[in-house]
Amino acid sequence: MTETSAGRPASVAEVSEALAAHGYLADEGLATTIFLALALARPLFLEGDAGVGKTEVAKVLSAWTGGELLRLQCYEGINLAQAAYEWDYSRQLLHLRAVEATGESARQAEEEIYTERFLVRRPLLSALEPTEGPVPVLLVDEIDRADDEFEAFLLEILSEYAVTVPELGTIRAAEPPVVVLTSNRTRDVHDALKRRCLYHWVEHPSFEREVEIIRLRAPEASGRLAREIAAAAASLRELGLYKPPGVAETIDWASAVASLGRESLDARTADLTLGAVLKYQEDQARVRAAGLSEMVRAAVQRSG
Amino acid sequence: MADRPGARLVAEFAAALRRGGLEVPPGTSVLFAQALAAVGLADRDLAYWAGRATLVRRPEDREAYDRVFAEFFECRLPAAPRPRQAQVTLAVDSGEDGGESAGPDPATESEATLALRYSATEVLREQDFSRYGEEEWAEARRLISAMRAKAEQRRSRRLRPHARRGRLDLARTVQMALSSDGEAIRRAFAAPADRPRRLVIIVDISGSMEPYARAFLRFAHAALVARPAGAVEVFVLSTRVSRITRQLSSRDPDEALAAASAAVEDWYGGTRLGEGLASFNDRWGTRGLARGAVVVLLSDGWDRGEPDGLAAEMGRLRRVAHRIVWANPLRASPGYEPIARGMAAALPFVDDFVDGHSLASLEHLVEVVAGAPR
Repeated sequence: MTETSAGRPASVAEVSEALAAHGYLADEGLATTIFLALALARPLFLEGDAGVGKTEVAKVLSAWTGGELLRLQCYEGINLAQAAYEWDYSRQLLHLRAVEATGESARQAEEEIYTERFLVRRPLLSALEPTEGPVPVLLVDEIDRADDEFEAFLLEILSEYAVTVPELGTIRAAEPPVVVLTSNRTRDVHDALKRRCLYHWVEHPSFEREVEIIRLRAPEASGRLAREIAAAAASLRELGLYKPPGVAETIDWASAVASLGRESLDARTADLTLGAVLKYQEDQARVRAAGLSEMVRAAVQRSG
Repeated sequence: MADRPGARLVAEFAAALRRGGLEVPPGTSVLFAQALAAVGLADRDLAYWAGRATLVRRPEDREAYDRVFAEFFECRLPAAPRPRQAQVTLAVDSGEDGGESAGPDPATESEATLALRYSATEVLREQDFSRYGEEEWAEARRLISAMRAKAEQRRSRRLRPHARRGRLDLARTVQMALSSDGEAIRRAFAAPADRPRRLVIIVDISGSMEPYARAFLRFAHAALVARPAGAVEVFVLSTRVSRITRQLSSRDPDEALAAASAAVEDWYGGTRLGEGLASFNDRWGTRGLARGAVVVLLSDGWDRGEPDGLAAEMGRLRRVAHRIVWANPLRASPGYEPIARGMAAALPFVDDFVDGHSLASLEHLVEVVAGAPR
């Protein structure tokens, strides 16, 4: 196993710097939690509103550590076969037919078809298998969409870092992978699972941080535009919208305005590009009714 | 461990958090000790975050954590012990004091007893909750606890083995082939199973609902404990909306209702249906909790807010929910028309508008929720 600096960072500051170098600006709370997750080899549980950059954390950790990103998108009804492993039944059947033709015994055939050759690896199993180089980053995305049977199974894997395939035996990770779980909190995930993890509630960023994030992620936007967009987004979040814009939306908005060749936000451009930041018709109507040009003017003034 | 000076500190901090109302299982305080060892004690902020990441698992607990952390690590004088949630008189469960401010009058009590013995359950079933005496309540509590509301079925994405229908189940086909010398003679199938939809119960606990809310909460509790976790969610709504699923999930109804009442502050206050629904939609409903669910609103429709606001929020809820059922205790009154401003605004978005004043109407509600033709 090669030693990487990312495997065991020495300090929280090192984590912040490394994340920033890979395009993610974490506040101190998040950086500390990530540092602890790596230092204590515990899964990271990130909860927060949609669009605050939870999934990005896993991507940037993968980019930083060089570990392969294994993503498991959860949905209702997800089960072992889709998350951990499955036998390749079609190939097993073909093999049985072939064996039959050569006159081998069925008993021998049975032994043959339950070998690694016929095993289809899904993200959870792949994350535990020995790798050359850095350990993989396992992203279990939107765990709140899966049902609780699956949570129980995940808990088992995350406490032992092992999966048991009855026909093959137990596959145990030599070194635990980096695990990131995200949830939009549409329901409460079971406490036992959370207790295994380091928990962090991801907030909307502060104004200054959001400006930095926009600068970093939408470099085509001018510094002035980034400040204006962040200020406008902050006002939008105060309007009590159905879906207040997350960081993902403000980045999109800055890119959209910049790609129209604007150096600065004006009422007309804001109106044209509103769809990049507000995704509900009611929200757009509300902002327009509340006076979009007023809001833009105030935002431009405040950002100056 | 003697060589770990931090161990004592961690244990004391965990105890302080428990006093502050946080749940701190021993495993997590060990994890906190490890985290503290990793970040060190020199930097206050890092110690703060080490605790946040290991000891707090719900955003609601952040405030309590912050308070205890400040008191504990900054050696401020602890503020006067905050009274635990004031012991709200539990109207939910106050069958004992009969609604009158005066103590129970032995005469009326025995009268009620006699009346009940005489009356058949049939009479009780039709009686309005607001006219209940203590004895009636005792009987009704038992009957309501036996009602297990369950939402209608929907197709699940999970497959279940099926005799002949559905997709070929290769896993079982291979298994069977092995027992017949590798020849896949019999094929196995799997078809989507049916699962009940999520049931979301929202109980209006404003002042005008007082005689009914206790019956509805018991009804919600019975539904909640009868189903697996996540299948039923319960909210209460008066000046704001609170999720009480967690508090209500204790098996014992009295314990559950006591926990729920301690967690909610504004029992029997004013009504802001529109604003309450708005925050329900923002925080839970449209995020996924009400998606595809059967939503039951138990309210008399009296709203002091703007009817336009309520209509807009009902519209939002309508677009994510599978079905909206509104049970109104006033609907059964002779000559009732849904002219209360809130009710009139909400009605266009309601799929089933039913009674909600008696045991019989709750029984009917169970059928409606289960998708029975009405």
